[in-house]
Amino acid sequence: MKVRAKFGVGIGIILVTLSALAWMGARESKTYYHTVAELASLDATALRQRIRVGGDIEAGSIQRLPGRVDFILKAEGQTLPVSYVGSDPLPDTFRDGAQCLIEGRAMPGGRFVAEQVQAKCASKYEAAPAQDSTSSPQTGTDANGRS
Amino acid sequence: MDLFGSFSLLLAFLCALYAIGGGIAAVRTRRPLLIKSARNAGFAVCVLIWLAMGSLAYLFLSDNFSISYVVAHSNRTLPGYLKISAIWAGQEGSLLFWSFILSIYVFSALFTYRGKHPELMPYVGVVMAGVQLFFLAINTFAASPFAVLGTAGAGGALDVIAPADGRGLNPLLQYPEMVIHPPMLYSGYTGFTIPFAFALAALLGRYPGEKWIHLTRRWTMIAWCFQSIGVLLGAHWAYAVLGWGGYWAWDPVENASLMPWLTGTAFLHSVMMQEKRGMMRVWNVWLVFATFLLTIFGTTLTRTGLVSSVHAFAQSTIGPWFFSFIGLVLVVCFTAYWRNRDYLRSDNQLDSLASRESSFLFNNLILLVACVAVLSGTLFPVLSEWVQGTQISVGAPFFNKVNLPIGLFLLFLTGVGPLLAWRKTSMESLKRNFGWPLLLGMVAGGAGVALGLRNFYVTICLSLCVFVTLTILLEFYRGARVISARSGANIFSSVARLTMRNTRRYGGYIVHFGIVLIFVGISGSAFNQDKQMDMPPGAQMEIGPYRLVHQTFDSVPSVNYTSERATIAVDRDGQQSIMLYPERRFYPSNEESGTMVAIYSTLKEDLYVVYAGRSPETQAPVIHAYLNPLVKWVWLGGLVVVLGTILALVPNRQPVLALRAVAETVPAGPSPARLPMEQPLQQNQQDESRG
Repeated sequence: MKVRAKFGVGIGIILVTLSALAWMGARESKTYYHTVAELASLDATALRQRIRVGGDIEAGSIQRLPGRVDFILKAEGQTLPVSYVGSDPLPDTFRDGAQCLIEGRAMPGGRFVAEQVQAKCASKYEAAPAQDSTSSPQTGTDANGRS
Repeated sequence: MDLFGSFSLLLAFLCALYAIGGGIAAVRTRRPLLIKSARNAGFAVCVLIWLAMGSLAYLFLSDNFSISYVVAHSNRTLPGYLKISAIWAGQEGSLLFWSFILSIYVFSALFTYRGKHPELMPYVGVVMAGVQLFFLAINTFAASPFAVLGTAGAGGALDVIAPADGRGLNPLLQYPEMVIHPPMLYSGYTGFTIPFAFALAALLGRYPGEKWIHLTRRWTMIAWCFQSIGVLLGAHWAYAVLGWGGYWAWDPVENASLMPWLTGTAFLHSVMMQEKRGMMRVWNVWLVFATFLLTIFGTTLTRTGLVSSVHAFAQSTIGPWFFSFIGLVLVVCFTAYWRNRDYLRSDNQLDSLASRESSFLFNNLILLVACVAVLSGTLFPVLSEWVQGTQISVGAPFFNKVNLPIGLFLLFLTGVGPLLAWRKTSMESLKRNFGWPLLLGMVAGGAGVALGLRNFYVTICLSLCVFVTLTILLEFYRGARVISARSGANIFSSVARLTMRNTRRYGGYIVHFGIVLIFVGISGSAFNQDKQMDMPPGAQMEIGPYRLVHQTFDSVPSVNYTSERATIAVDRDGQQSIMLYPERRFYPSNEESGTMVAIYSTLKEDLYVVYAGRSPETQAPVIHAYLNPLVKWVWLGGLVVVLGTILALVPNRQPVLALRAVAETVPAGPSPARLPMEQPLQQNQQDESRG
């Protein structure tokens, strides 16, 4: 019984410590996911949080300016002007029409300042089924995007 | 060839159905002929899957662009070995590839134990065929790699369309490592199916004793070894190809490969409790169930866009298949457990906090907590949407905060655990085994602080690495000294002999040492630095002890791509040491581009140079340089882990009788000399009594 109690205490200490660390870590790095449409309707407190938005890059909207890259993110018919100000080079997959996820903060004027940009990558898992459902390879985004 | 492939898959599906039905009938009736027939169906499934795989490979190699999967992932100029790797570059092919690797395991298991364990094997066959059936069903009905491109022509006939060339392989995958990384990872993922099948079979059939654990020990180690290689190769690929300067980002796909590794590691350790002491039976069964479920869950995560990730964020059609399968497996596992739970009762209780059992218990607990933390962090967006209605994701700080202390505690247990005795360890033996290593570990930590080390975790890590390394060396030294005293051989050949006598134990120590090296490498990341600059030819950059001089900048055409390349001369402390060529490749076939990172790697640090495109104002090339200390140790550690695991898989060389003779002839000297011999002896006796 005594041994069991010792184990209980040991396990308890470990679990409490780790939960506390997890809680702190979560608070520090919490990012709220919103759609482009939702951004417009958020109140001031919600807008101050770190936000992540997903969408497609509008073709022809990428402008490489000194110190930042501007582009327009499009999702469900809504658009969002974005300035990427992060220090990491943009991924190779970042180009017209690519799906991308941006992370950063919404500015009062409606512009989104992104510190991180991820663009759809490597495994073409998602692209393949969509191509199969269209009976010809000459339809869909590929025809627009590639030649 | 595509028809041949799809028919093979369909036939394999039917055979798997028969293997399950026939297997269940065989279990019920115990008729030898039925048992044999179900087993043969199992063999047939495997062979048919190999044929399907062969025909897909043929379609790729012969540039058959009427197949939509080939069009999507290959083109004519692609080198042959990359055409092979294109087989698993997409959804359908990678599912077939999963079945393929799984069928190799299943075939080997069926073949190895043909005619043996007639009580157990029919159950095992049913479970394995059940898993295969699931993947075959998806490949046959939902995601066929053999679909032909075409339009409905006149009279409902299919007009096949064959474009002149394919769209090519994603440049990020055109890298030698991507050819071996998926096979390794898949070999890990699928390999856990074997211990899962045996565990479930033993439970369903109420198969007596710990036999299933003995039977699956090597299979689990093989799967674990592949999983380790797969995780590390994935990390290395991310490091060497993606060009962001790191190797681990806690991305959902990375986490997916880490989680089964964590529970698999826990399982490898806790089975020893069951083997030696008959404890933790329920725990082990559920650990292996969880590991298997996590492998399936891992691949679900990658394929269904459940959580947005760098690798996958759109929806796909096969999600419901996977979720139903996971649900079904859960129901089967739980039912099997509930109906047979009395069979899993423990023989023994915990005796003391300072015992081998207790160290295994904490090791398991902590690995499981790590897994739960990674899982909940990965699923945070999904969970928060259920609870709060908004998707919230957590980033690297969450994972690091939880997993750093876990990692260090595990490292500590790595040193302590193997030297604690079963049941209870005396104070004297604690002092004898840990006195010097603990002292020297603390001295090393103190020295680090004195030399200006201010990072808490890194200091602890340094102390622990020294501590664990010393305990391992001490173990080898003590064992070898006994052998060398007896045989007169020198200490090095004694170490070799010692290792070969109990490969599991000493191979295990080598794996532990590899883990120490990995920790050394990870701790280096606390000191990473990086710098980005516009660098027209002639410009210079200083980072750490290095000076980078941009010499020339050129554009080079190649067969499959054209590249922009910077030539950079690197001086270290004023001495010219090496030239680096960071480049960016542009692939015309799919208008994609790929970064080729240039890395100058030494044991002390990596100089990691990326050509990040051209500056928008000046059109000058932008160079991003990273200085990453100790990264090479991670890869070296991985290598040691693999070698240690392979060593542990080798059968012991010395027969049991000879060992006993050795133990008897050892002079009754100081007790440490006897210590290393005790355990192999016990273990062998146990194995004898069981076998």
